[in-house]
Amino acid sequence: MSKAAEKKNKQSIVNRFVDLLLQVKESLAPETEPVLAGIWSDEKSFLSAIKELKQKGYKKISAITPCPVHGLEDLLEIKRSWIPWVTFVFGSAGCLFGLWFTWWTSAVDWPLIIGGKPFWSLPAFIPVIFECTILLGALSSVAALFYACKIPSVDPPVLDKDLTSHKFALYFSLKDKKLSTEELEKELLAVGAEKVIQSDF
Amino acid sequence: MDKSNSRVSESLKRPPLVTGKKTFKNITDDICSLTEKLPGWGYFSALFTVKSLFLFYIIVMGLIVARGMGLMGVNHPVGWGTDIITFVFWIGIGHAGTLISAILFLFRQKWRTSIARTAEAMTVFAVMTAGIFPLLHTGRPWLAYWLLPYPNQRGPLWVNFRSPLVWDVFAVSTYATVSIVFWYIGMVPDMATLRDRAKGIRRHIYGILSMGWRGTARNWSHYEITYMLLAALSTPLVLSVHSIVSFDFATASLPGWHTTIFPPYFVAGAIFSGFGMVVTLMCLVRLFVPRFKDYVTLNHMEAMNKIIMLTGMMVGYAYASEFFIAWYSGSDFEQYVFLNRAAGPYWWSYWIMVSCNVFIPQVFWFKKVRRNIIVMFIVSIFVNIGMWFERYVIVVTSLHRDFLPANWGMFDLTFFDFGALIGSFGMFLTLFLLYIRTLPAISVAEVKTVAHD
Repeated sequence: MSKAAEKKNKQSIVNRFVDLLLQVKESLAPETEPVLAGIWSDEKSFLSAIKELKQKGYKKISAITPCPVHGLEDLLEIKRSWIPWVTFVFGSAGCLFGLWFTWWTSAVDWPLIIGGKPFWSLPAFIPVIFECTILLGALSSVAALFYACKIPSVDPPVLDKDLTSHKFALYFSLKDKKLSTEELEKELLAVGAEKVIQSDF
Repeated sequence: MDKSNSRVSESLKRPPLVTGKKTFKNITDDICSLTEKLPGWGYFSALFTVKSLFLFYIIVMGLIVARGMGLMGVNHPVGWGTDIITFVFWIGIGHAGTLISAILFLFRQKWRTSIARTAEAMTVFAVMTAGIFPLLHTGRPWLAYWLLPYPNQRGPLWVNFRSPLVWDVFAVSTYATVSIVFWYIGMVPDMATLRDRAKGIRRHIYGILSMGWRGTARNWSHYEITYMLLAALSTPLVLSVHSIVSFDFATASLPGWHTTIFPPYFVAGAIFSGFGMVVTLMCLVRLFVPRFKDYVTLNHMEAMNKIIMLTGMMVGYAYASEFFIAWYSGSDFEQYVFLNRAAGPYWWSYWIMVSCNVFIPQVFWFKKVRRNIIVMFIVSIFVNIGMWFERYVIVVTSLHRDFLPANWGMFDLTFFDFGALIGSFGMFLTLFLLYIRTLPAISVAEVKTVAHD
């Protein structure tokens, strides 16, 4: 290969790698929608603002907090997570897999007499079956968490850099045509928001 | 009436978990700033020292792999040398991290919050360190994948699922995987905090590590459930791991190993040694990062010292009960093994073990001692020494004399035994030092939930 061709080839490998990275980035691009958000820096006034907004008849309020806030799920009417079902189903599947696999390898595929024990020595297989249960249960729960939270995603929008530190936000999707942006902005300021941001989130 | 009431409520009040009246912003700043400044010369010289020790460890391992197991003290009849001893030692240390992060979480022990992250990091690093030793002990680590049941061209010949050594492969690899996942999932929201504070290349790195965490209320709801599920899965897992490690011994018919007390005895010992290591590390963290004293308070240290004393007495009970059962069994071999332990050629290792694990932690009966950093640091070092010797006693004194005269012999440590043991601390401490300055060493989000209790 001539030097120029070699160089070109090298470049094309780099290009292909960059293309691949860009593809990954694109496939992991976050879903966004236009929102109107109010920012609070005090937990108490943030919580009372939710109550006031609910009294005024607002629905579909979403929140961003730097840490899990006690009682927020009830206030925002968030249903209990469905992830435990995933854990249960996959944990059971792991258990059944371990049971089948130890039986199939030791008693069916190539039975060997070891230590005079029966081919299917269930008590001796329990540790392996147990570990399969835990492993699949744990990994499936995390996979379900990733699915539920839509992570990993690349460069998710950040409404305010302090929302992962000490500030709280409430936001409304502007896709909902019934909401008037100006009215909502006034309302958010009236219940104590420090500032109101209109942005994609 | 009012006065006495308020006095009662005052005395019933729990000490705060985080001192110094921190706001959320203070907490973020205190914890994140550790990763944001270039460390001083003290840190780099410490890192250089432990990294050199790590390099020494790699050379020692390389020589053992290249020349063979004969470089270590293993012989007939003591075929399980320091590789197995040090493996059990490190795996045991890992257990305290899971106890703090999972079991104490399920028991709603809120004081665990500020030490959980570092304890879990310790678990991950200890399990990584431990995992190398059985591979080294196989003598041909490049064939270690034979331990896994995979379809092969030898039949396929499957692994023997009745063997405790195969159980160990499953238990330790599951434990390593789940611990790393649990640790990492706990860190994801904190990575987002670091991302939002950072600029330039660090923003990209923490951005990738945070996986695009947004922190909406719905996210947190799923996140908390998953965290609890992982804690609930880790709890039986951690108990199973050291039980299975103890089965490696207990399912053999060797006097001194063949006892039903082994699983609980090993688990108690693991928690004991692990808390010893957590106290050692936390004393150092408190010394070198003074602002963490508000998060890892003396109350935390005292609580850990109480657990050290309790589990120390549990292993003490196990030592005593082994002697009683040996006498009560009426078996000559069993009785001889235990007399030989306490008064035979390895009497010194037995008494180092008993002094370090049972006698020395008794100083924690006194509140002043429990709350004295210097004393607890020294005691925690003794606990670590004692627990290494416990495994030495179990492996060496049981193996070196059994039923047949042909199976009587002695075991001597070589340079390579010491090298691998001391070198493994180099690996563990290198990982720990890198961790403490690059990742959030205290859970930023979780501490906020207990800061104002």
